[in-house]
Amino acid sequence: MLGFITRRTLYAIPVLLGIIVVVFFLIRAIPGDPCTSLLGERATAEACARFDEANGLNDPIWIQLGIYMKNVLTFNLGESIRFSRPVNQLLIERLPLTIELALSALTIAIAVGVPLGIIAARKHNTAVDTATMAFANVGVSMPVFWLGLMLAYVFALVLKGTPFALPPSGRLSAGVVSMPYYVAWQWNLQEGSFWATFNEFVANFYIFNSLITAQWTVLNDAIRHMILPAIALATIPMAIIARITRSSLLEVMSRDYIRTARAKGSKESRVVGRHALRNSMLPVVTIIGLSLGGLLGGAVLTETVFNLAGVGRALFDAITGRDYAVVQGFTVIIALGYVLVNLAVDLSYGYLDPRIRVK
Amino acid sequence: MSVLNPGQNAEELVVGSESANLLAKPSSQWRLALRRFRGRKSGMIGLGIVTALILMAIFAPILAPYGPNEVLIGKEDVGPRDPPCVHVLGCSEEIPQHVMGTDGNVRDEFSRVIYGSRVSLTLGFFTVTIALLVGSSLGAIAGFTGGWLDNVIMRIMDVILGFPSLLLAIAIVAVLGPGLRNALIAIAIVTIPAYARVMRAQVLSIKESDFVSASRALGAAPRQLLVRRVVPNALTPLVVLATLGVATAILEAAGLSFLGLGAQPPTAEWGSMLASERNQLFTAPHLVFFPGLAIMITVLGFNLMGDGMRDALDPTLNR
Repeated sequence: MLGFITRRTLYAIPVLLGIIVVVFFLIRAIPGDPCTSLLGERATAEACARFDEANGLNDPIWIQLGIYMKNVLTFNLGESIRFSRPVNQLLIERLPLTIELALSALTIAIAVGVPLGIIAARKHNTAVDTATMAFANVGVSMPVFWLGLMLAYVFALVLKGTPFALPPSGRLSAGVVSMPYYVAWQWNLQEGSFWATFNEFVANFYIFNSLITAQWTVLNDAIRHMILPAIALATIPMAIIARITRSSLLEVMSRDYIRTARAKGSKESRVVGRHALRNSMLPVVTIIGLSLGGLLGGAVLTETVFNLAGVGRALFDAITGRDYAVVQGFTVIIALGYVLVNLAVDLSYGYLDPRIRVK
Repeated sequence: MSVLNPGQNAEELVVGSESANLLAKPSSQWRLALRRFRGRKSGMIGLGIVTALILMAIFAPILAPYGPNEVLIGKEDVGPRDPPCVHVLGCSEEIPQHVMGTDGNVRDEFSRVIYGSRVSLTLGFFTVTIALLVGSSLGAIAGFTGGWLDNVIMRIMDVILGFPSLLLAIAIVAVLGPGLRNALIAIAIVTIPAYARVMRAQVLSIKESDFVSASRALGAAPRQLLVRRVVPNALTPLVVLATLGVATAILEAAGLSFLGLGAQPPTAEWGSMLASERNQLFTAPHLVFFPGLAIMITVLGFNLMGDGMRDALDPTLNR
């Protein structure tokens, strides 16, 4: 097992380095230069020269790449030329929202998708099966941004005034402020220290923060704002999970050991729950890991539709505004997270199925 | 091995009698697959939707009551963002009929949705063709030659797969500049690895099979082996992947257009139509609803068709 883990981890390193290099060159290939996009079209050549010098844009490209590599590996992601603030700071503010959104969506997707798949498989070739799979097929084909807008329309306008009304945009209602737990508990944090930064990051998970500090109004508000984006984002992975669960369970149910379990006289619930379900979960775990990439891509669209200041939206703004440092930093962090999750999925796969470890 | 297994013999008998039946009518693997495909309801529904869409795209000028960019100010008594008016459904005869209403520039939304099918279908087919050609060539070369070339190609594919696909597509469009053609290229690039991986896996397993070895023993050159023997037998899963790929491509292209990176106004493209009226959601929901519905139905059609084809082409999945 240890050998398997080491092998898989080492294998992820060149991919990560490749990603960093690709991002670096992609950004440099974006037409237009950061100077004019930032200082305006009428920036003098002199001002631009000073700007380029200050941002190291005059150095040979290889030196820039080298410096960049070193900085990324030490988590020094540079400064946003647009906001004049460190990229790390932007990540601390925005990453928690996106993670919260992706996790909420993933939770919904699993909580609804797996039972749907099980029901469809258990009622194979009945109307229930057909209806569930039709639902799943529509779900896979759903444009996230369209679903988001339609949900916003229904829940914010049609149902306005009813208890089912939900806010169509933003993260918290105006006037509602989430008080960080370290303030609520009067922790003495040293400004700028790693520990303070870390706590700031954690406190930006509003749902988590308001839960542990018992700020119930904030918690309620944060959850209500999260429901629509999370549902919109969850639809595609949910449908995929439902389909995979169904086909995987159907396959396992036709195996010999299921017949054996039945022949022994086990109750059907035990046959499905203990023997079939466990063994059918392997492909489901894989697909959950794989759908994370889709979730991150979908987050750009969802955050745009629901006006959420998350990583996806920030990245899009940075790309169109040629904010080099932000694009590089955010993409690298997202890709890093993506590679790590896939690594974790691979490892869990090896853990769940001993045969894979040997190969 | 089969001698020891009576079940196997019985199966061979059945297959034998079937092939005897088919001797009267020459049959092929593809014809059998076609027969299986016809038996699948969802696949047939998908085929129906796709056929209808293709017809809609071809006959758009006949089907659409107005031109896609025809501004109706001064021609008819309609204003911007008028709600849908269908005479059969009780809308007053005095108001000109606009099945899906009018958009912000007083154009007929229904006509624009119909013309939109041209953009989406063309884009879907071209994207997949590019990705399929490049991806499967890379995969075939990687799988057939092996060694360092295989390693280099597949590691590059890994790096592309290391990015969430829509994010990479956004970055590529940012480099190339927004527009439909560049969105097409971007989506093709991010989908190349999928084809490369499947093709490579196919080639790896096929190149070890007996008929390839036989061909090699008869003195076939490696290139001939690859092009004449291996690739034709590796195509089946790629056909399925390509059909499903059209669905993904259309969905991602709509996403890019929604973000303003794909089709540019006034092109009648569903994603950008939806995006340009997005802020009017609460006052004119029909302008968001119909283009989105069109995207969903199109994507659904290709997804259903792809699923049906997978079931038909891979009998081992039949249950």
